[in-house]
Amino acid sequence: MSNGTFEPRLVGFLCNWCSYTGADLAGTARMTYAPNIRIIRVMCSGRVDPQFVLKAFREGADGVLISGCHPGDCHYQEGNYKALRRYKLLQRMLEQLGIEKERFRLEWVSASEGARFQHVVNEFTEQIRRLGPLNFKFDGGSHEQA
Amino acid sequence: MVNVTIDGKKIQVEEGTTILKAAAKLDIKIPTLCYHPLIEPYAACRVCLVEVSLRGRKDLITSCNNKVQEGMEIQTASPRVLQSRRLNVEMLLARAPAAEPVQRLARELGIDKPRFPVKDPQEKCILCGLCVRACEQVVGASAISFIDRGTERKVMPPFGEPSAACIGCTACAHFCPTGAITYEDKYGRKVIHSELYLGPATAIRVPIRQAVPMVPFIDEKACIHFKTGQCQLCAKVCERQAINHEMQDETVEVEVGSIILASGFKPFDARRIPAYGYGRLPNVITALEFEHLVNASGPTGGKILLTNGEEPKAVGLVHCVGSRDENYNEYCSRVCCMYSLKFAHLIKEKTEADIYDFYIDMRCFGKGYEEFYHRLLEEGTKFIRGRVSEITDLALTKEEEGKLIIRVEDTLLGVVRRIPVDMVVLATGLEPSIDHNQLAKTFNISCSQDTFFLERHPKLAPVSTFSDGIFLAGCCQAPRDIPDTVAQAGGAAAEALSLADKGSFALEPVTAEIKEDLCAGCKICIGLCPFNAITFDNEKEISVVNDALCKGCGTCVAACPSGAAQQKHFRDQQIMAEIEGLLLI
Repeated sequence: MSNGTFEPRLVGFLCNWCSYTGADLAGTARMTYAPNIRIIRVMCSGRVDPQFVLKAFREGADGVLISGCHPGDCHYQEGNYKALRRYKLLQRMLEQLGIEKERFRLEWVSASEGARFQHVVNEFTEQIRRLGPLNFKFDGGSHEQA
Repeated sequence: MVNVTIDGKKIQVEEGTTILKAAAKLDIKIPTLCYHPLIEPYAACRVCLVEVSLRGRKDLITSCNNKVQEGMEIQTASPRVLQSRRLNVEMLLARAPAAEPVQRLARELGIDKPRFPVKDPQEKCILCGLCVRACEQVVGASAISFIDRGTERKVMPPFGEPSAACIGCTACAHFCPTGAITYEDKYGRKVIHSELYLGPATAIRVPIRQAVPMVPFIDEKACIHFKTGQCQLCAKVCERQAINHEMQDETVEVEVGSIILASGFKPFDARRIPAYGYGRLPNVITALEFEHLVNASGPTGGKILLTNGEEPKAVGLVHCVGSRDENYNEYCSRVCCMYSLKFAHLIKEKTEADIYDFYIDMRCFGKGYEEFYHRLLEEGTKFIRGRVSEITDLALTKEEEGKLIIRVEDTLLGVVRRIPVDMVVLATGLEPSIDHNQLAKTFNISCSQDTFFLERHPKLAPVSTFSDGIFLAGCCQAPRDIPDTVAQAGGAAAEALSLADKGSFALEPVTAEIKEDLCAGCKICIGLCPFNAITFDNEKEISVVNDALCKGCGTCVAACPSGAAQQKHFRDQQIMAEIEGLLLI
C-alpha cells in the first residue's frame, strides 16, 4: 500500500498447457499486465484443491484466479470441467463465509491468448481495487492448527 | 490357329480374329470410318471392304466384322475393292461433304467431286451410328438413336427433343469419327480458367498436374460406370489392368510410435472479397489457376490465354488477397510475394504484355529472393505500391472499354489510379486445411491465434506439440515456402525418429501416487481419472495408480478427501508453501 493507493494482492493458479503458456506468450510478446498477480503453475486447473484458494485468502490474498484451457481443449481431456464444478461450489461457500464472490474467478485462456491473459489480469486487478482489501477476521491460529 | 494370306503375305492368327485385326498385324492398313476398337463392329460405312477368295469363291466383304477362316486369301486393294470403295466413299461424300475424314479418303481414292446430288454442303454426319452404339454399349444410357427412314434418316434423341436419359457424358461427341457431334461452352469461352485447376470434368484423372504420386483416381460423381453400371473403358484399355471399379474406401488402422502432422493449407477463397470480382468477372483468376495455365504440360501447353483464347496485352498481379487484411486474415502468407514475382517473370518471358504488380510491401526474405526482385525491376515490370480497392469492368473512358479496370491508391505518388488490364492474377493467401479443426481435436493440440497449429515452443520446441509424440511439419503450423517446409519436415522426422530409435520412453515425473496408509478406499479418485490410470486393489482395499498410464493432471489429488493421493512435484505442502511464500510480500 505504497503512497496511499491500494494495490491488491492476487494469486493465480494457471494450468501448464494453456493459461501458463498464454501468460508466457504475453511475457515474450512484451505485453504489460498488472504486476499484482502472483502466478502458481499447476499441471491442470483440475489440480486446484479448494483448500488452495482458502489458503490464499487466509494468507492475505485479495483475489484468487483460476485459469485453464477452454472447454474441450483440456490437455487432460476434462480437468477443466472438474475445476468448473469445484469453482461453482466454492464460490457459494465463500459467499456464505462473507467473502465477496467477485474475489474468486475462473477464466479460460488458451496458449495463444496472451492478449486475453493481459486483459483478464488487468480487469481482475481493477475489480479488486474497487472492492478494496479483503476484510475478513480470521479466528483461531494458523492453517496447520486449524 | 488359322492360316490366311493377306495381300500375298501369309500369317497365322487366332481363331475369331477379324480380317481387319489380322491385317493390322501385318501392318496392312485398311481404311475405316465407323470402326472403333472398343465398340462392337457394325459395318455401316462399307469403307473397309476387302476381296476374299475361299474355296474358289470370290466375294467382297467388310473386314471389320468378318472373321478369318482357314485358307482365306484376302486382297485389301484389288481393282475390284478399290472400285467399290471409291463408289461407297463417293456416296458418303455426297451425303456428308463437310466431313474431313471422308474428304481425305476421297482424295486418296482420286475423287474430286461426287457425281451424286449434294443435299447439304455443311453436313458432317455419315450415319455410321458409332455414337448410337457408344451411347448404348459403352454408356448404357441409350439416349440417342436413328429416327426417320431413307433420306430423312438422322441421329437424334427420341422425337428430336432433349432426352432425360442423356447424362451429358459427351461420349457421342468423343466417338464421332467425323466431328458431326460437338459440344461447346455455352458462354463461348475457349479457355475456362477455373477448370484448369482440376482439369475439365473427366471422370478419371490425376488430382493436379504436379501430383505425387502421379496416379489417377476415379471421380465417382462423374464416372459413367457409377451412373449406368457400364463403360469401364479405362479398365479395358489399361494394359497393366490396374483399374478396378469394385474397389472400396477402407479404413486402415496402423499402430505407430509417433505422428507427424503435415496437413498443409488451402488457398484463400477469393470469392470472399466481392470487390475483386473473382467468379463474376472472366479473366480474374487465382494464382493456382494461373499456375496451371502457365504449366508447360498443362491444358494450354503453357500459353497464357484469356477466356476468348487470345493473349493478354496487360496483366495485373494483385498481392495480399486475404492476407494482411484485418477483415480476413491478419497474418502474412509469406509465399505470395515471391510467386507473384515468378509470375511476372513468366508473363514477361511468354508474352508481350505490360505487367503491373500491386503490392503493399515487397517481402523478399529468403536466400536469393531480393536479387530476384531486383532482376524483375530491371526487366520492366511496373510495380505499384498500394492495396487494390476494386477490380471492375465498368469503363469510364473509351480506352477502358472491354478491359478490367484496377482501382488502386498509388501510395508512392499519392493519387488514386485506374489501370486497365486484360487479366488479373490474385495472389491468394494460405489458410489451414479444410479439416484442420477436426485434426486439432483428434490429436488434442492447440491452435494459435491465426488458427494454425501451435508448436510447443517457438524457439525451443518448434516442431513439437503439447501432445507427446506428435510433431508438425509445413503449412499446418504456419504459412511457409518449400525450402522452409523441407527444413522443418526434416526436423520433425528427426524428432520422431529419435523417439522411436531409443526404444524406451522417459515418463513425466509428475505422476500421482497414493499413500497406502492414508487411503480409505473411497474410490472417488477412480471415477475422476480420465485415463483409467487408477485401479482398486480389492485385497488391500485401496486405490493404486498405474505410473505408465498416469499423465499427471492431478485431478484425483485435488479430490482426495484424506490427502492420500499426492502428485509428485505438486504436493499439497509444496503448493501451500508457494502460496505462503508469494504472499509474504
